[in-house]
Amino acid sequence: MSNKGNGGWSPYLAGALTGGVIIVSAWIAGNYFGASTCFVRVSGFIERFFSPEKVAGMTYFNWFAPKVDWQVMMVVGILIGAFISSITDGSFKIKSVPDMWASRFGSSPVKRGAFAFIGGLIVMFGARLAGGCPSGYGLGAMVQLALSGLIVVVCFFAGGILFSNLIYRGGANR
Amino acid sequence: MEVLTDEYINKRSFDRYRIWLQKGRVVRYDKQMGALRLMDMTIVKFFFSAILTGMVGVAVLHNMGIAKPLILPTNIGANIIGGLTFGLGWSLIGYCPGTSLGALGEGRTDAFWGLLGMLAGAALFAEAFPSVRNTILTWGREGSITLPQVFGANDWVVIAIFVAGGLGLFVWLEKKGL
Repeated sequence: MSNKGNGGWSPYLAGALTGGVIIVSAWIAGNYFGASTCFVRVSGFIERFFSPEKVAGMTYFNWFAPKVDWQVMMVVGILIGAFISSITDGSFKIKSVPDMWASRFGSSPVKRGAFAFIGGLIVMFGARLAGGCPSGYGLGAMVQLALSGLIVVVCFFAGGILFSNLIYRGGANR
Repeated sequence: MEVLTDEYINKRSFDRYRIWLQKGRVVRYDKQMGALRLMDMTIVKFFFSAILTGMVGVAVLHNMGIAKPLILPTNIGANIIGGLTFGLGWSLIGYCPGTSLGALGEGRTDAFWGLLGMLAGAALFAEAFPSVRNTILTWGREGSITLPQVFGANDWVVIAIFVAGGLGLFVWLEKKGL
């Protein structure tokens, strides 16, 4: 039940507590979880800096106006929360290449950084096309029994499992 | 004494989510890829424990009229194509949008490049949106429908099936030692 020998908590406990946060958030604030919309807002915010007229004329940035809302605060909070949590229990570590990646693709931080960038680009394009990410569709839509939540979460994992096994095929760490 | 405004409580509750994400160790590349490679199901346990717990509580709130539902619409074409595209990117970056920030907070600097990629991906989608809107987003547009509506069943019947399925999955994963 415990988190395999790394000092972490049981994922069931951490998950159930997060489920409690979802309930309290819906109750008190009327908000449901999500994370990817704020990437649109921040990206519009940055782009507006360089070409304000263009951003003002784009439908998507009119729907999701560049601004700092509660979701941006929450996502920034994940960064701060993880920092505090990892500093206080000693799991904070500056690391540019994850172990599993290194065992298959080598320890070059440049190569890892490049693939992380490309992966991030594809992830966000897919999330916005689908209408959200695992936070929005899993923790937001599935808890409300939305059909969309089930379809998208199944596709996230189906795609992720398929492509991960393809790219790791024949690797040393198999 | 601090005043318990909605905003304050909301902020406090999200503080907890932030920390529990890290405590569950779910923000790490090795954990996320471990799940996708079907080797270590930590994030699956975390994710579905959160969903099942949330599902029960939120259904109570909805049925009592305390919280208003906010159902993301079903666009079957976009949901499937977008979901699978996300899966491809996920297999390369090994973080999802929420957890990438958690990973950066733990000192994993590769997540920074991933975050820049995500911002670029959002900008790219905004560029592509006018053409996507007239094509993929029109395929199988069903509106904001829920599973109980689709199956003509009571909320609690659907929840009971999810909970039973989820608990069965957990028992199976523990038996397999994943």
